[in-house]
Amino acid sequence: MTGISVKGLTKRWDTATAVDDVSFDVEPGSFAVLLGPSGCGKSTILRLISGLESASAGTITIGGKDVTALPPAERDLSMVFQSYALFPHLTVAENILFGLKVRKISTRDQQHRLERVAELIGLSALLDRRPNQLSGGQQQRVALGRAIIAEKPVCLMDEPLSNLDAKLRHEMRVEIRALQRKLGMTMVYVTHDQAEAMGMADRIILLKDGRIEQNATPAETYRKPATSFAGRFIGTPPMNVLALDWNGNDARFHGQNAGTTAPIFSGKPQTPVSIGIRPEEISFSASSPCRATVETVEYLGADTLVDCRIGSERLTVRARNADNLKTGADVGLSWPRDAVHLFEAASGRRRDDLLIGADA
Amino acid sequence: MGPTAKRTWIHAWLFLSPAMILLIAFTHYPAAVTLFHSFFSTPRGKRSAKFVGLENYETLIADDTFWTVLVNNLWYALATIPLSIGIAIAMALWVDSKLKGRSFVRMAYFTPTVLPLIAVANIWMFFYTPGFGLIDQIRGAFGFAQQNWLGDPESALNAVIVVAIWKEAGFFMIFYLAALQTIPTSLREAAAIEGAGRWYFFRRVTFPLLMPTTLFVSVNAIINSFRLVDHIFIMTEGGPDNASSLLLFYIYETAFRFWDTAYASTLTVVLLLILFTVAIGQFLLLDKRVHYR
Repeated sequence: MTGISVKGLTKRWDTATAVDDVSFDVEPGSFAVLLGPSGCGKSTILRLISGLESASAGTITIGGKDVTALPPAERDLSMVFQSYALFPHLTVAENILFGLKVRKISTRDQQHRLERVAELIGLSALLDRRPNQLSGGQQQRVALGRAIIAEKPVCLMDEPLSNLDAKLRHEMRVEIRALQRKLGMTMVYVTHDQAEAMGMADRIILLKDGRIEQNATPAETYRKPATSFAGRFIGTPPMNVLALDWNGNDARFHGQNAGTTAPIFSGKPQTPVSIGIRPEEISFSASSPCRATVETVEYLGADTLVDCRIGSERLTVRARNADNLKTGADVGLSWPRDAVHLFEAASGRRRDDLLIGADA
Repeated sequence: MGPTAKRTWIHAWLFLSPAMILLIAFTHYPAAVTLFHSFFSTPRGKRSAKFVGLENYETLIADDTFWTVLVNNLWYALATIPLSIGIAIAMALWVDSKLKGRSFVRMAYFTPTVLPLIAVANIWMFFYTPGFGLIDQIRGAFGFAQQNWLGDPESALNAVIVVAIWKEAGFFMIFYLAALQTIPTSLREAAAIEGAGRWYFFRRVTFPLLMPTTLFVSVNAIINSFRLVDHIFIMTEGGPDNASSLLLFYIYETAFRFWDTAYASTLTVVLLLILFTVAIGQFLLLDKRVHYR
């Protein structure tokens, strides 16, 4: 099996730097997701790995071979495009077989592989159709089929599900993940949808402004976000990240009166920090000294999103059985100690060291 | 019919009428009258036209000049259509690629289309001038003898064909360029990942996707090959010995030099029939092979 190793990868255009000194490894047979908001350079990294763009600096190694200067066809990989890039004048079968025909694989072998792939992705009945006679989901499968039939050890996917509706997207997510496991492909998958990344990835490589924010498993990315950006990007609704004001050894939210309210946090007041708490970790507790005012209540069925105001800050609580709360009500909020994340205010970097010995 | 339906009906006719009046007055009516005239003799002086049945068509079949002109025109069509289309595709592919001074090249290619054919003919007259012309100057530098391109029956037709191709290719290029720009770049990228070379990609993807344009352009090219005769007036007047005369030019000569309007009508009917058959045939034949998106 074939792993991918990216070292010091940089892509500059005349004025802009899209990818800035990025390094990461993808284990053989694993599923890596490049995640980030639009413009973070995730698609550019994928195109650099595929060879459709050439790197300004750095190296790309696939299966131990330096491919940085090789054309796409010699990198031993397949790719699924966001637009699917199906040939509109060719039938489903011809689309899937396109690459095999280019490489002059024998007709018998072609048919054999076509049958297998068509069955695998459930397109056997549609092989004679043209792409414009297919639904979005079926087109997606054809693109998938074209990538699978190549039997390349590495598969790259550029937001392949973004044109599908929510229900189909979930089905395809499961299916792609299962296919990847079954075929043992090394997958690099680009998406801006954190739910997609959480559900599919072995490792999430979170990007921002052309740099890696965090490279970790989904669970670790969720539990220990490396930066406040990572905290807010993963999870819905996003993590509450609130600035703290120091008053002696006590920290309070912006605008909280030091005389009348209990501190949120006590510790060593050497750095300006913000506190991050996930909405689902906060619960209502009548006796809690941390008081807040309910601003809006959004009932979602399984749970309820409640926006509360503390001092001049706003934070979101995701709670069950909270739909009877009224706007303007006074509530007490509490959260477990290990739900608190501290970030440096300036850089956004995680500062677990500040928590040691502190009293949250 | 209710009042609303009636109003819709009146509106429909009002909207249709401008185009319909123009078409009927200047296309359908003249065509019908021409067909009618082709069965009569040419009125001369006090002798008015009289019905002669198919006599004009019999004259046509026996007319050597007609056959010369028809063969000329077929050769003219067979040479100009594929060459101008081929050159147009090549130019479009070139100016569609990333290229320095791309817009300048595009404009340069399109210039012949903007120039009136009469002006183009005069420019080419200079190129073809024996001894002094551009072509002979270049040939002279390599020690070739003078050549009277337009005066030699062997080369006169080919000389006017070159002008027509030069004039048309740039026009067709614009259509191909527009079509090329609708082909998403991701198709090229997907093919590149599969290892398809440029020629393979052109043959299997670009060219098939350009088929609707090719159909449109080739219908135009055929019509033009019977229609574009302006430069013949300037360059050869159909000569020498009808070597460069084309059907439409012959019709003009018959009608407005020899004033044989009945025979000119007969020739026109034949021209219309040819164009009609070719256009229908083209659509029927190519339609199956054209993929419309």
